[in-house]
Amino acid sequence: MPVQMKAKHQRMTLVILALAAILAAGLIAAWALRSQANYFYLPEQMSQTPPDIGQAVRLGGMVQPGSIATQPDGITVNFVVTGNEESTVPVRYSGILPDLFVEGSGVVAEGHLGADGVFQATNLLAKHDENYVPRELEGLEGHDGNGGNGGNDAYAETVAGLE
Amino acid sequence: MHIYANPKRFLSLAKWLTPLLFWSGLVLSLGAVAWGLFMVPQDRLMGETVRILFIHVPAAWLGMGGWTGIAISSAALLIWKHPLAGIAARAIAVPGMVFCAICLATGSIWGRPTWGTWWEWDGRLTSMLVLLFLYGGYIALAQAAAREGSSYKIAAIFGLVGAINVPIINRSVVWWNSLHQPPSLTAGKSAIDGVFLWPLLIAVLGFSLLFGGIVLMRMRALIAEAQVEARLRRRALDDDAPLGAAANPAPVNSTPAETA
Repeated sequence: MPVQMKAKHQRMTLVILALAAILAAGLIAAWALRSQANYFYLPEQMSQTPPDIGQAVRLGGMVQPGSIATQPDGITVNFVVTGNEESTVPVRYSGILPDLFVEGSGVVAEGHLGADGVFQATNLLAKHDENYVPRELEGLEGHDGNGGNGGNDAYAETVAGLE
Repeated sequence: MHIYANPKRFLSLAKWLTPLLFWSGLVLSLGAVAWGLFMVPQDRLMGETVRILFIHVPAAWLGMGGWTGIAISSAALLIWKHPLAGIAARAIAVPGMVFCAICLATGSIWGRPTWGTWWEWDGRLTSMLVLLFLYGGYIALAQAAAREGSSYKIAAIFGLVGAINVPIINRSVVWWNSLHQPPSLTAGKSAIDGVFLWPLLIAVLGFSLLFGGIVLMRMRALIAEAQVEARLRRRALDDDAPLGAAANPAPVNSTPAETA
């Protein structure tokens, strides 16, 4: 009996050690992927380490309130993407806008940085934030919609979530 | 815990627990899904598509919870060598994979109207797809081990190693910039309004109970299968016995043809 108990404890130590090793390996791998596995650049990342002109990248952030300007041709829009800090990147896009593309909401633009510093988007994806608020409560205190004065809290929260 | 590691005790417990979990889970999840489908207001941005939340989130929870269960059972199998733990891991794998697939499918359907894409290779989506493949690999390994009588250890080790993906899925939206939004429910804090949160919590509870019922059902089926196999093997051995040199002569003497 004592011999069997010992074998059992040996196996337990082995399994625990193996689990710790696997966990450490996985976390180290995930950490190494930290910058590589990012789905998009934030505006501050784009201004600090700008990608090559014409290189295919994604830019993600918030659509700055009041920045959406539809051009005279009707399908081209210009807007400004903001991140956690003051940095902003102007974006130009021609095409159909996703339903959730609104001011103060998250957006991911696929495209490349132009020579004039304007990001030329070939595809736009709308990003949803983690807040689920029914339509009737939009704009009420504690329930911030994207419009109105109450939008600032939700805006700050969502930008913080982008980290 | 060891008390229920005894298959007989487990079976007597599972006999009444299975229908209890299954039917309460079915009623709760159907009720919560109906609540979410017909009675919940529209989301301010997503409108009607928010209703897919009540299937997507429970499915994601069970897809990840299922693998956690496989990992715990695998550790118990390796340490205590109890066959019931192996049966539990095998029983969890298929429903876990189904819920993982439901999560991916509903997420894709939801992504089209909200994000504007069916699929993107962001951290959350990719790691969840990896989980689906891990389930496939685990099922293949465990079945091969059960059928061919090869070592159960390979599948158990695979179950443990694969568990590293679960925290990666969970943290993927925090560590990396992703298209998928960061977690709405964190310890003690909810970014989901009450009108959505309550049916969601009931759906998660209901789906979990249903999952438990299905796992118990499959465990009982796997145990019955093993018993049938053992009985058949024993009978095959008994049938072969008279052919051997040391066969029992009793049945030969008692045939009526001999005495007549």
